[in-house]
Amino acid sequence: MTALPDRPPARRLGLVIDLDTCVGCQACVIACKAWNSGGAAGPLADAEPYGRRPSGTWLNRVHGFEVGEGEDGRTVYFPRSCLHCENAACVTVCPTGASYKRAEDGIVLVDASRCIGCSLCAWACPYGARELDPASGVMKKCTLCVDRIHDERLPPEEREPACVAVCPARARHFGDLADPEGPLARLVAERGGVELLPELGYRPTNRYLPPRPGRPLAAQAPLVEAPSTAGFLGWVDRLLGG
Amino acid sequence: MAETTRVGGEQPQKVCTTCYMCACRCGIRVHLEDGRPRFIDGNRAHPVNRGVVCAKGAAGILHHESPARLRAPLKRVGERGRDALVEISWSEALDTAARWLSAVRASDPKKLAFFTGRDQSQALTGFWAAQFGTPNFAAHGGFCSVNVAAAGLYTIGGSFWEFGEPDLERARLFLLIGVAEDHDSNPLKLALAAMKARGGQIVAINPVRTGYAAIADVWLPIRPGTDGALILALVHELLRAGRVDAPYLADFTNAGWLVIEDPGGAEDGLFARDPAGRPLCRDRRTGELRPAEEPDAAPALRGAVRLADGRRARPVFELLAERYLEPRFGPEVAAEVTGVPAATIRSLAAALARAAFDDPPFLAEPWTDWRGRRHPGVEARAVAVHAMRGVSAHSNGFQTCRAIHLLQILLGAIDRPGSFRFEAPYPRPIPPGPLPCGKPEQVVPGRPMPGLPLGFPRGPEDLLLEPDGRPCRIDEAFSWDAPLAVHGLLQRVIGNARRGDPYPIEVLFLYMANMAWNSAMATDETIRMLTDRDPSSGAYRIPKIIYADAFYSETVAYADLVLPDTTYFERWDALSLLDRPIGRADSVCDAIRRPVVRPEREVRPFQDVLLELGHRLGLPAFTAEDGTARYPGGYADYLVRHERAPGIGPLAGWRGSKGELVGRGPPNPRQLEAYIENGCFFEHRLPAGTRFVRHGNRDYLELAAELGLLAKPEPIFLQLYSEPLQRFRLAARGHGSVQPPERLCARIERYFDPLPFWYAPLEDEAGAAHEFPLAAVSQRPAAMYHSWGSHNAWLRQILGDNRLCIHRATAAALGIEDGDPIRVTSRHGTIRATARLVDGVEPGTVWTWNAIGKRGGAWALPAETGEATAGFLLNVLIDERLPPGPDGIAPANADPITGQAAWYDLRVRIEKAGPGEPPQTEPIWAPLPRLPGLPDPPGVLDRGAPFAGRRP
Amino acid sequence: MHPAPSLIAFTTLAGAGYGLLAVWSLAGLAGLVPAAPRAGAAGLLPALALIGAGLLASRFHLARPERALLAFTQWRTSWLSREAVAAAATFLPALVLAGFWILAGRIPPAAALLAAAGAVVTVACTGQIYAVLRPIPRWHQPLTTPVFLALAGASGAVLAVLAAALVGVPGEPLALAAVPALAVAWGLKLAWWQRGDRAAPVATADRAIGLAGRAPVRLVEPPHSSGGWLVDETGYRVARRHAAKLRRIALAAGLVVPVLFLALGLLSGGRLAAATSGLAAAMSLALALAIERWLFFAEARHTVRLWYGEAAV
Ligand SMILES: Nc1nc2c(c(=O)[nH]1)N[C@H]1C(S)=C(S)[C@@H](COP(=O)(O)OP(=O)(O)OC[C@H]3O[C@@H](n4cnc5c(=O)[nH]c(N)nc54)[C@H](O)[C@@H]3O)O[C@H]1N2
Ligand SMILES: Nc1nc2c(c(=O)[nH]1)N[C@H]1C(S)=C(S)[C@@H](COP(=O)(O)OP(=O)(O)OC[C@H]3O[C@@H](n4cnc5c(=O)[nH]c(N)nc54)[C@H](O)[C@@H]3O)O[C@H]1N2
Ligand code: SF4
Ligand code: SF4
Ligand code: SF4
Ligand code: SF4
Ligand code: SF4
Ligand SMILES: [Mo]
Repeated sequence: MTALPDRPPARRLGLVIDLDTCVGCQACVIACKAWNSGGAAGPLADAEPYGRRPSGTWLNRVHGFEVGEGEDGRTVYFPRSCLHCENAACVTVCPTGASYKRAEDGIVLVDASRCIGCSLCAWACPYGARELDPASGVMKKCTLCVDRIHDERLPPEEREPACVAVCPARARHFGDLADPEGPLARLVAERGGVELLPELGYRPTNRYLPPRPGRPLAAQAPLVEAPSTAGFLGWVDRLLGG
Repeated sequence: MAETTRVGGEQPQKVCTTCYMCACRCGIRVHLEDGRPRFIDGNRAHPVNRGVVCAKGAAGILHHESPARLRAPLKRVGERGRDALVEISWSEALDTAARWLSAVRASDPKKLAFFTGRDQSQALTGFWAAQFGTPNFAAHGGFCSVNVAAAGLYTIGGSFWEFGEPDLERARLFLLIGVAEDHDSNPLKLALAAMKARGGQIVAINPVRTGYAAIADVWLPIRPGTDGALILALVHELLRAGRVDAPYLADFTNAGWLVIEDPGGAEDGLFARDPAGRPLCRDRRTGELRPAEEPDAAPALRGAVRLADGRRARPVFELLAERYLEPRFGPEVAAEVTGVPAATIRSLAAALARAAFDDPPFLAEPWTDWRGRRHPGVEARAVAVHAMRGVSAHSNGFQTCRAIHLLQILLGAIDRPGSFRFEAPYPRPIPPGPLPCGKPEQVVPGRPMPGLPLGFPRGPEDLLLEPDGRPCRIDEAFSWDAPLAVHGLLQRVIGNARRGDPYPIEVLFLYMANMAWNSAMATDETIRMLTDRDPSSGAYRIPKIIYADAFYSETVAYADLVLPDTTYFERWDALSLLDRPIGRADSVCDAIRRPVVRPEREVRPFQDVLLELGHRLGLPAFTAEDGTARYPGGYADYLVRHERAPGIGPLAGWRGSKGELVGRGPPNPRQLEAYIENGCFFEHRLPAGTRFVRHGNRDYLELAAELGLLAKPEPIFLQLYSEPLQRFRLAARGHGSVQPPERLCARIERYFDPLPFWYAPLEDEAGAAHEFPLAAVSQRPAAMYHSWGSHNAWLRQILGDNRLCIHRATAAALGIEDGDPIRVTSRHGTIRATARLVDGVEPGTVWTWNAIGKRGGAWALPAETGEATAGFLLNVLIDERLPPGPDGIAPANADPITGQAAWYDLRVRIEKAGPGEPPQTEPIWAPLPRLPGLPDPPGVLDRGAPFAGRRP
Repeated sequence: MHPAPSLIAFTTLAGAGYGLLAVWSLAGLAGLVPAAPRAGAAGLLPALALIGAGLLASRFHLARPERALLAFTQWRTSWLSREAVAAAATFLPALVLAGFWILAGRIPPAAALLAAAGAVVTVACTGQIYAVLRPIPRWHQPLTTPVFLALAGASGAVLAVLAAALVGVPGEPLALAAVPALAVAWGLKLAWWQRGDRAAPVATADRAIGLAGRAPVRLVEPPHSSGGWLVDETGYRVARRHAAKLRRIALAAGLVVPVLFLALGLLSGGRLAAATSGLAAAMSLALALAIERWLFFAEARHTVRLWYGEAAV
């Protein structure tokens, strides 16, 4: 149903993504594609897979940016997937009820069997989190790996999204952002996690952690010359104590 | 909509094996549903990757299901590279190969050149070559990172390259020099993130700011090929301030060993030794000369002595300090060379000293050093360093990497907590054994060689030279051109074979190396050489080419006989301690790959094929006494039963009849089952007290000898001063029985400096810098492995073409805008590419991703695909040779010590393409013919479909 | 945004159809056109045909048109669903009206009123579909729905002039209504354009990646070298220069030319002259609307472009 849950979901499951350690390796991109191709949201098709211009459906993409200039410049990799917004207009615009937000955990999903492929929800998503699948003609989006995180047959440590499990830079964290005492909320508080484009009013669940300030070299006082009392290399003898 | 969120259907079967989407050797689980692979994730128990996988690893399913997979053996019918190959049966393929090879073996085994690329079974392939009797064997190290490997093995007895790791769990400062991805990619990423979380400081020295450099605290955009100057300036600063670890130097290195100073003498610059050959030191307590290896010796680090014979000798450290304290090693000079400001160099030196020495953490793990002294624990030296091809792929890479090790050693930062740490089977003796085999008398028709083709020369006598001084090997490894070419020189084989220099060969046998494309220097020339014919006979100059690949790569098209390999889901492999194991700092590890699915094509694991060919050729190691195959069960059988030395086989785990032994022990028939039960890897944790300062840790050395990692439990002294290099120098000065040809004497004298120094890359010295003002380098993209990602429908969407990245200011000066087509010209040729403007690059450097450009038709891609029309290779611009010297001879574009291909010495000039020029790259190669039997690639891929769609 | 022909066709054709339906129904009610069957057919059949054609075109925009009926279910939240419901609901009075008018020569006032109201509501829903989309600032403005309504009304009025001329109904009052309708519609459109041009960006690239204030932000490594659906859908860019030219053409063809022809028709009198000038006005307006609608999509920029190299949207 395209109506959003009446009251905020008790749990707000989502991701916290650390721009400080993301190295842009694309592991999360492929893991997401691989899991979801064969998972609940799948298949995620690829048109012209071995042709001139391959073009497929992806639920998570990583962009490389340069930010700032000169001394302040840095390279920032930015993973982009659904933020599971509280005020998800992608849901309310949907004419068929295919898009919905789950009351129990806040996950925004598409019911592939109801989607007519009108694309309106993709237009309504400011974050570019939805893609129309060329083969099935239905809208696809990050499911927060709903078929992993709640699969009780998996050992508890594996009940996390594929992109989180795979991230070698440990830049992706999964959990309940509604829990103010939980690890995610604490991480967000400690690191000044931000909400993307709050001015649009979508109230995303996911948060991004900005790069840490970094420790420049300039702070280092230069070394002082070894006192040359005992002449050239005298300090060696002193160091050896003999 | 609160349906349940469980998937229906059976839980998939999860089969553990080892990834082979790159050489990082991560443990993976292949999820099988209805016998089909559905998903790959990491094995959380695995010591390498701890459950993570990279993009390539996760995309392995599409590698395995690629439409470019070879389907059956092939033979050439028409012209190489132009006409299609035809499918033949395995019996015809093996008969042909055996016929060609046995003729060579019976007449002149050297005429087989057997070279392998990205494989991880060099313990088998090298052994096979030795059994065949040819010295002409090597793997890919010569064009990869032999500079780093050799510099490490001749200096610290280990190496950055796969044989060690930075201890980022404890490091305060991490110097990451010239690394984009490397072979330890997942562990390094895990460690970097953990280090950042702890608040450590990461300094990336790299002309390019991507990947790891992007998340570093400090990015030092260095001019390519100048790291040696930077490092030695740091050494200068540390020495000036007296911030070195003198006790460590005295105890665990050759800093106190005495060097003979006897200008003009035959032993000038060698270590003073006692009659038993033991290096001498001056005991700083007694003033006596005595063997430095004696447990109670206290080597003095300074002070000249008179030897008994009257010659003068001085300790290594004194020579070293004297040299690097000279003003020419100061930060100002280095700043001129490197582009890194002198103040920054000083700050970095200070940061190194503080991280290493100020208030160092103490790890209370008691241990005993080689002298027998008991220590209550280990003091950390929390400066970790890691360097790779940014250092290696330059013609000064060997000495630069030695300089880096020198810096580490001076800080006491080898195998201490927080520093570089060895991975088993390292450390090994310096240099490690064995010696290279293949001297004229060792190559006999119809007989195996007495040793392995590759090894570690200690001096000129160990070179592989004909009596007239010409190289014994087709690739000139272990000749005066590349004396320490300890990995062989794959990049020279084709050119030399085509020229018949030093001699013609009959069969070129390649395995898993895309030599007609991205691993060629000067791809265009390589292709010409592969197809060059002798005008008098009309025959190809390289008469027969056998190639084993799993996919339709560019090189397949140039082979006469193609042996189709399986994919890594379909075979056994070993990541062996004899070869390239998966060791970690705290444990001895190895691993296997196991078949996960059955091939449905006419393909065979190459190792099985080698074993069968070995048997057909009657090679003793592969033929039982009764003439039957020694390993009828193929490679799996070999892995279990082969013994290289008594009790030592390819796999170290679960040896002994009951699997109770580690490292050394009789074969265990159930060994592979034991591996499989354990997730396909073996991990033996080193006990406390054997984990640090292993080169001088008595308990470790004894344990390593017990496990068969070391022949003898003797201490390994780190070699600040490299005596083997001096031996070559002395030969160049006219000493000894083996001397370089006249024309190379000056070169040997110059570069074989026993103490590291920096010199400009040879291409710059040859004057290229002036005409070609920009350096051009390539980088590994995280999501692609060399040429083998473009047939992967997922990976190729991420990187299906490449651009040349140019600094904004540099581009502006040239009138180039983002997206402009540009011409890039080197000494060797011109290409057209597309410009991308960036800030994150040293302004005098341009860069692109490596090996993205492809040839249409290869990899089952259409002619007009982006990889072929918008992608490009820098290789086309890289000359295999330098401009001829005054003697008219064009030296190899390589490091003069190791022969390492100098990919990153490339210099170019750039201009905006003319208004009439099309936007495509140039050259665009004639597409390769379609292979018979390859399926038509699907128009839409929805490979998840059989598993998908279960509604949450 | 990608200017999909199906959407351009749907919104212009259905807009004109609903406009004509509304104008004709009200004109009939007001007695400006007679209750004669011929008159009913002349206005209502083209209106229904245009609506039908538009709806048909919209089908091509759906990747799974066979499930289109589901689009009627979410009228409580979705303007697209409301549009579908309104469109369907409008058919009922429109068909009743057409039946009585064409077959019986009668104009039931309730049906006429409801048909006109339905037409207005349907077009308003169309406008709202776009107007509520915050990620596309050019669309997300108060004038969007009025512009849709006004353009639909004006095109309905011009078509009504033509229809009247075809069946020989005196078209002067209609033409006199069409001229101000056109003026209002294009006036609104001009204001809409200017508002869109002048509006401050709603978002910037530095904020889009959570690093507010760290501009400039430049994309140096796009996520995929090969593009994809999202890039195709949102990546369309039309050069400012071309857009300005096209706007001038649209204004000329949509306002100036039709008004001139309507005036010509009014002045020259005579059925043939009225019909030809009405046809000319309608065709010129159709061209203008096609351009206007193409620009509507082509000029609109989606916030997702912030991650694909645009500094601000
Ligand atoms: N410009 C430039 N050139 C470079 C470099 C650079 O940095 N810049 N780097 C150099 C370095 S370090 C290296 S290591 C080389 C790498 O270059 P190559 O050694 O040529 O590596 P690949 O491109 O991976 O090609 C290996 C071949 O292995 C095949 N293959 C893949 N899987 C299997 C399998 O399971 N079985 C078999 N039998 N074959 C398989 C592939 O199809 C491919 O043809 O490139 C070198 N070339
Ligand atoms: N994903 C992925 N992983 C791989 C591979 C792959 O193809 N893909 N290939 C594997 C192989 S065969 C190898 S050999 C390793 C190589 O692993 P790396 O050593 O990481 O190899 P490169 O990408 O060549 O990285 C060299 C880095 O050095 C920088 N550089 C170039 N010149 C200089 C210089 O003069 N000084 C300094 N300080 N830096 C410089 C380049 O900008 C680049 O960042 O990676 C292995 N891992
Ligand atoms: S896997 Fe992690 S480090 Fe790699 S791109 Fe994704 S978020 Fe970044
Ligand atoms: S990110 Fe986009 S798709 Fe996801 S909930 Fe928010 S608006 Fe919807
Ligand atoms: S594309 Fe599908 S999910 Fe999206 S709005 Fe249309 S019907 Fe709903
Ligand atoms: S949570 Fe799952 S679906 Fe969402 S981006 Fe990660 S892997 Fe993809
Ligand atoms: S790093 Fe290499 S071995 Fe590890 S998962 Fe990636 S491709 Fe596989
Ligand atoms: Mo390599």
